[in-house]
Amino acid sequence: MIPFSYSRAGTAEQATAAAASGHRLLGGGTNLVDLMRRGVEQPERLVDVTGLSDDIRPTPQGGLMIGGAVRNAALAGHPAVRREYPVLSRAVLAGASAQIRNMATVAGNIMQRTRCAYFTDAATRGCNKRSPGSGCDAQGGFSRYHAILGGSSACIATHPSDMCVALAALDAQVHLASAAGLRVVPLVEFHRLPGDAPHLDTVLQPGEIITALELPPPPAAMRSAYRKVRDRASYAFALVSVAACVTVDRGTLTDIRLAFGGIAPKPWRALRAEEALRGTPATPQAIAAALALDFAEAKPLDGNAFKLPLASRTAMAVLADLIGDAA
Amino acid sequence: MSRVQNAVIGSVRTVVGWLPERWLPGGSPDPLIGRHGEVGRQLGHLDGPLKVTGAARFAAEVPLEQLCHAALVHSPVARGRIATLDTRAAEAAPGVVLVLTHRTMPRLEPVPLISITNMTAVGNSALPILQDPEIRYNGQVVALVLAETPQQADFAASLIDISYDEAPARTRFEAAKPQARTPASILVERNEEAVGDAEAALRQSAFQVDAIYTTPGHNHAAIEPHAVTAAWTGDRLVLHDATQAIAPTAAALAKLFDIRREDVRVLSPFVGGGFGAKGFWDHHVLAVAAARLVRRPVRLVLSREAVFRMVGGRSPTEQRVALAAEAGGRFTALIHTGYSVMPPYGACPEQYTLGSRALYRAQNVRFGQKHLDLDVVPNTYMRAPGEAVGSFALESAVDELAHQMSMDPIELRLRNDPEVHPLSGIPFSQRALAEAYRQGAEAFGWAARNATPRTRREGEWLLGMGCATGSFPYVRMPAGAVRIRLTRDGRASVACSAQDMGMGTATVQSQHAADRLGLPLAAVSFEMGDSDLPPAPMAGGSGQTVSIVAAVAAAATKLTGELLRLAGNASPLAGLRAGEVRLQEGGLVSLADPARRDSFDAILSRAGREDITVTESAAAPLEMFKYAMQSQSANFCDLRVSAVTGEIRITRLLGVFDVGTILNPRTAASQLRGGMIMGLGMALSEEVLFDERSGRIMNAGLADYHIPAHLDIPEIDVRWTGIPDPRSPLGARGIGEIAITGVAAAIANAVFNATGTRLRDLPLTLDKLLEEEGA
Ligand SMILES: Cc1cc2nc3c(=O)[nH]c(=O)nc-3n(C[C@H](O)[C@H](O)[C@H](O)COP(=O)(O)OP(=O)(O)OC[C@H]3O[C@@H](n4cnc5c(N)ncnc54)[C@H](O)[C@@H]3O)c2cc1C
Ligand code: SF4
Repeated sequence: MIPFSYSRAGTAEQATAAAASGHRLLGGGTNLVDLMRRGVEQPERLVDVTGLSDDIRPTPQGGLMIGGAVRNAALAGHPAVRREYPVLSRAVLAGASAQIRNMATVAGNIMQRTRCAYFTDAATRGCNKRSPGSGCDAQGGFSRYHAILGGSSACIATHPSDMCVALAALDAQVHLASAAGLRVVPLVEFHRLPGDAPHLDTVLQPGEIITALELPPPPAAMRSAYRKVRDRASYAFALVSVAACVTVDRGTLTDIRLAFGGIAPKPWRALRAEEALRGTPATPQAIAAALALDFAEAKPLDGNAFKLPLASRTAMAVLADLIGDAA
Repeated sequence: MSRVQNAVIGSVRTVVGWLPERWLPGGSPDPLIGRHGEVGRQLGHLDGPLKVTGAARFAAEVPLEQLCHAALVHSPVARGRIATLDTRAAEAAPGVVLVLTHRTMPRLEPVPLISITNMTAVGNSALPILQDPEIRYNGQVVALVLAETPQQADFAASLIDISYDEAPARTRFEAAKPQARTPASILVERNEEAVGDAEAALRQSAFQVDAIYTTPGHNHAAIEPHAVTAAWTGDRLVLHDATQAIAPTAAALAKLFDIRREDVRVLSPFVGGGFGAKGFWDHHVLAVAAARLVRRPVRLVLSREAVFRMVGGRSPTEQRVALAAEAGGRFTALIHTGYSVMPPYGACPEQYTLGSRALYRAQNVRFGQKHLDLDVVPNTYMRAPGEAVGSFALESAVDELAHQMSMDPIELRLRNDPEVHPLSGIPFSQRALAEAYRQGAEAFGWAARNATPRTRREGEWLLGMGCATGSFPYVRMPAGAVRIRLTRDGRASVACSAQDMGMGTATVQSQHAADRLGLPLAAVSFEMGDSDLPPAPMAGGSGQTVSIVAAVAAAATKLTGELLRLAGNASPLAGLRAGEVRLQEGGLVSLADPARRDSFDAILSRAGREDITVTESAAAPLEMFKYAMQSQSANFCDLRVSAVTGEIRITRLLGVFDVGTILNPRTAASQLRGGMIMGLGMALSEEVLFDERSGRIMNAGLADYHIPAHLDIPEIDVRWTGIPDPRSPLGARGIGEIAITGVAAAIANAVFNATGTRLRDLPLTLDKLLEEEGA
């Protein structure tokens, strides 16, 4: 680890000013500090942003505004989140460990970097995300945790967050601030696909910070579930995860939002399946056919081909449960 | 190991076979067997309060003046040479005290490898340590930096600029097979053994299984990473260490650094888990050499990643097990062969076929192991080396055969349970596998199992049960002495350089010493963890407990003799010999007439002495050759498998252990339960991700190397037959390792029962299940 300076920002303005002058933002440090220890990240200046808003408050529209510095554990345990958005609470609790969730912030969770083993080991040579143009050792190496959708020949890393999968299904919005002003980006557009620039994880611009997350009001009568498939019963990243929110009215699926984790460089909304199923009775056959629309473009490797059947089986089981319970 | 060794061991067996029993250790049973004293009592760890309050100081915590801290640099390539090396920036960095590379490291001899014939040899690797610019494996240490703080050392290490001329490395398991070596022996056993024609019998039998089972590399993950704090005063060295081998480490360091043995002191009072990892590795040599150069104490604490890179783990294996039976279930053929990695500079042969040689009677057998020579950090001993992975292959195959024959797998096992050791024909000292299975089946509810796979279900969860045998040999180390000091007030202190890696050595040895010396527990103390004490053997092979017990018993006999001599003619015991009295209730008592007794106080007072001290070693462990001494266990598993995702979740584990006398039910249950948890991890998730392209471990940390998390661990029921072994000290056989054996097979067999899918490749992950099921 290289020596670095440490300061604290008390306001968003101080934080954006620090970001603009080349500081890296430090949340709970559960990801950044690990990567600094391993020499993957080498910031010379850190600004601690855990003093920024850690409020969770209702919005005039009936949704929730969640400060970027809210700890993961606080988010999962918040009564309004548990009541109105249980899928989010469950997704957060499915991630990491109690100790890590106590430290980790919402903004840090969104910004956490891939767990690709070749990315996190600075001594391996080929990683376009860590060192642009150096290659991609995961291809032809260990790719079990890697993407089947949305990857490119340059990079097939997945975004590891559980929380973001639920946020994608909930149509969350990310609030950003910089010296130039404020802007709002839908979470599903916040993370980038790698294309030929895998070193850029997100659309966040230099000097810009995450200030908050906004959840729109939950649809009435929404039922939701988060299911995470993993190698250990706890404390393991998702091989595949599914966040689903559905509304069923007299046997018809009037609303469905379906997102996958563990299979793509970003939380993956299955928009085609949603469209195919919305307004139908959603029989098992129809669900299978609808999922196939999204998975048609999958490019699995030997090491992760199992994710294709696994993702659809898991989604089918989750949807069958939700629809069955509603009936 | 050599052909010469085969001959030596062979003749020891023959000679010992001729000798009358009463001449040998174990010839007449230990009189303490079956006595209900301190041994057998539930007793918590005596050092528990020190540990939970943080008062116990581990090797990385010893406060010393002038201490400097070390950081290491590892090679990112597997083979080649250092082409350029620039240490100037590191040397100029803040706080740096020393940069050590092959250019500046003192020239040292290679470390002698662990050996059964030389108890002072402890090396796990015979490779040179910073002696030349050669790179021999990915992860090899290429530089060490000393600085005032760990952070400064770490930063300076990152400034060392090294380039490598890479050479082709041997890193591929499959590609190494054509050059595999066939060693003459595996530990003390001849490697290749055959009786009859097993291949022919296999072809001709009514039922047969012939399959390849594979297990990945496993890495050590004890809670405390390796650490040493080395301090020289002139030519005297004190090393605060976390080690399973105190006396051998002191001897090895003395030899290596050319100082007198009595000028080295290794202190290791507490060790945060060993499992075979805490032997002698490069960090010992590096820290001691660096401390000598700078004339300041040096602390070297391995990072978790460094433990993966420079301390070996369990070798991957590819094993063939073929098993055939006639209609009645009698085994007609048993073949167990395979490949594992063992570079010539390593010490551990991963003896995966040894367990199979003692477990079943078969008309025709063939055993043999082949070693692959790869450019890797040498693998080492890891809890039940050999048996842990060997039992997975063997016991899966037995289950496969039972299924094919529509026979209960317990029944099939018991029909082939041998009366004598199947290869040597030597009688077992004690063996009650059938009893273990009987107890286990009843407690577990084995009768509820449906033998037809994929028949029990709860919602999406397929339910299954499986069982498997575990086994581990009895080992008593051929060395070790203890000192007993008895004072007039009837207190005894027993001392030797024993190791406690958390098992409860001091606790159990105190219990034993109390009984052996006829004193209450509170009057006995057990000193250990210091190489200045009489040398104990290394803690390995689950043999430390009985090795020390034997030495204490020998010392107690000597003490008895000396006390009788001191007691003299004024004693009520006058005229009796050592064999005619015993130590009891704070004195000596005549065996024939318990009314004749003399207290320690009286004897020492009359002799005008405050205390008496004796030091003695145990007799050579010849009982190991006279009898077949083997522990066994019956493992049961109840689990569920998601029909949707293939996730495997364990509902219950139960183990019944036939391991001789249980010395302390509380520490034993915890040891056995821990072993079963490790077996569960081996079954479901533990796997070194070794990238064969680079020879590099890609999951060198606990976030990615998956040991079981709390939620993975079910209710675990631990039981034992409790039948003493009449040939071993206290009737005990050692329980450190057996519990990991057989667990993975019991789990794999239960997965088959639940799903109808047979997985032969560890770990049993859901992708393999989905693939086999053709999802
Ligand atoms: C062993 C382990 C297991 C884990 N398992 C899981 C799991 O199963 N599921 C899961 O979802 N996660 C898991 N995690 C990841 C964990 O969720 C993240 O490490 C955590 O959410 C990061 O939050 P943080 O506040 O600690 O971020 P930090 O480490 O402080 O920062 C992460 C990144 O966010 C940036 N950042 C921080 N705040 C802001 C801001 N306001 N605006 C812009 N950028 C910002 C930082 O500069 C940095 O680049 C695991 C982590 C570990 C170590
Ligand atoms: S998948 Fe992406 S992160 Fe992983 S090695 Fe390839 S480029 Fe790097």
